[in-house]
Amino acid sequence: MEGDIGSIGAGLVYGLGAIGPGIGLGFLIGKAIEAMARQPEAAGMVRTTMFLGIAFVEALALFGFVLSFIV
Amino acid sequence: MLAAVEYGGPWELPPVNELFEFEPFLFADTLLAFNRVALLTLFASLLAGLLFVIAFRKPKVVPGRLQSACEAIVEFIREQIAVQVMGADGHRWVPLLTTIFMFVWINNLFEVVPFINFPPTSRMALPAFLAVMVYILFIGVGIKAQGFGGYFKSTLFPPGAPKALYILLTPIELISNFVARPLTLAVRLFANLLAGHIILTLIFITIHAFLTVPPLTDFSIGFPIGVVALAAAPLLIGFELVVGLLQAYIFTILTAVYIGGSLHPEH
Repeated sequence: MEGDIGSIGAGLVYGLGAIGPGIGLGFLIGKAIEAMARQPEAAGMVRTTMFLGIAFVEALALFGFVLSFIV
Repeated sequence: MLAAVEYGGPWELPPVNELFEFEPFLFADTLLAFNRVALLTLFASLLAGLLFVIAFRKPKVVPGRLQSACEAIVEFIREQIAVQVMGADGHRWVPLLTTIFMFVWINNLFEVVPFINFPPTSRMALPAFLAVMVYILFIGVGIKAQGFGGYFKSTLFPPGAPKALYILLTPIELISNFVARPLTLAVRLFANLLAGHIILTLIFITIHAFLTVPPLTDFSIGFPIGVVALAAAPLLIGFELVVGLLQAYIFTILTAVYIGGSLHPEH
């Protein structure tokens, strides 16, 4: 990898692509913990849904990761 | 690379592809070219199959350790994934979901198994194949459960929206159901394992370089970095173990969600 503008672009693609999902994951997991603390009896359902949500949010960050190799 | 440095060669990282490409050692240059990845994939399916055959060959009322461990896996998939997502219909899908879960999980585990150290799921072929299988499956199940027209109508024109909104809604549903679903399913598994494999390789190279290659082991330059990397390596391996299990779980639960969505249209 030479020090051309393309490598900076690849870094930027991943770095910028990780911002949104990072904020999203913070909100998502925070709210899920809040829900579990308020209603411990619903923890199982909340956890399953949380992992599903994580999977969808995380996919965006991973698109950025894969794209940074393509760009 | 390090061998080159030890003999006075230049410092440069090889292209990332070198971590993921293996020469075929059987049937080279044919369609059936067989390399280390294919061998590992076969080994994974064999291992998963044998594990369950041995565990449930002579089922006992008071289970032994292997039997109770495998029962715990099956029960987890039945209660936490199939029934929770699909309701009572889930019982029919437990065998498929267990197969997918064990196959993906064992393939992910190869990432941290010593002397193997390569997850076949970090090559796009395996996740893509699994995703295409799930894609065909959930469309087929939807057509079987609701009829051809019924399935596409309930998927593309979800009931309960005002008529004018369908101009906006139908393209979104089309892309999210029939393009983004298989794509994200495959890319999620692939990218997680790709990232994990690169990170583990980098940390092992760091340890090796800064603790054993002479010009770098100087205390003022590299030794502290090597020690930090050595301390971080077990944590990273533990993290990758969790990631491997979590990705297998997410792959399975998404398969269940997609199949469940085809079985029961939204009201």
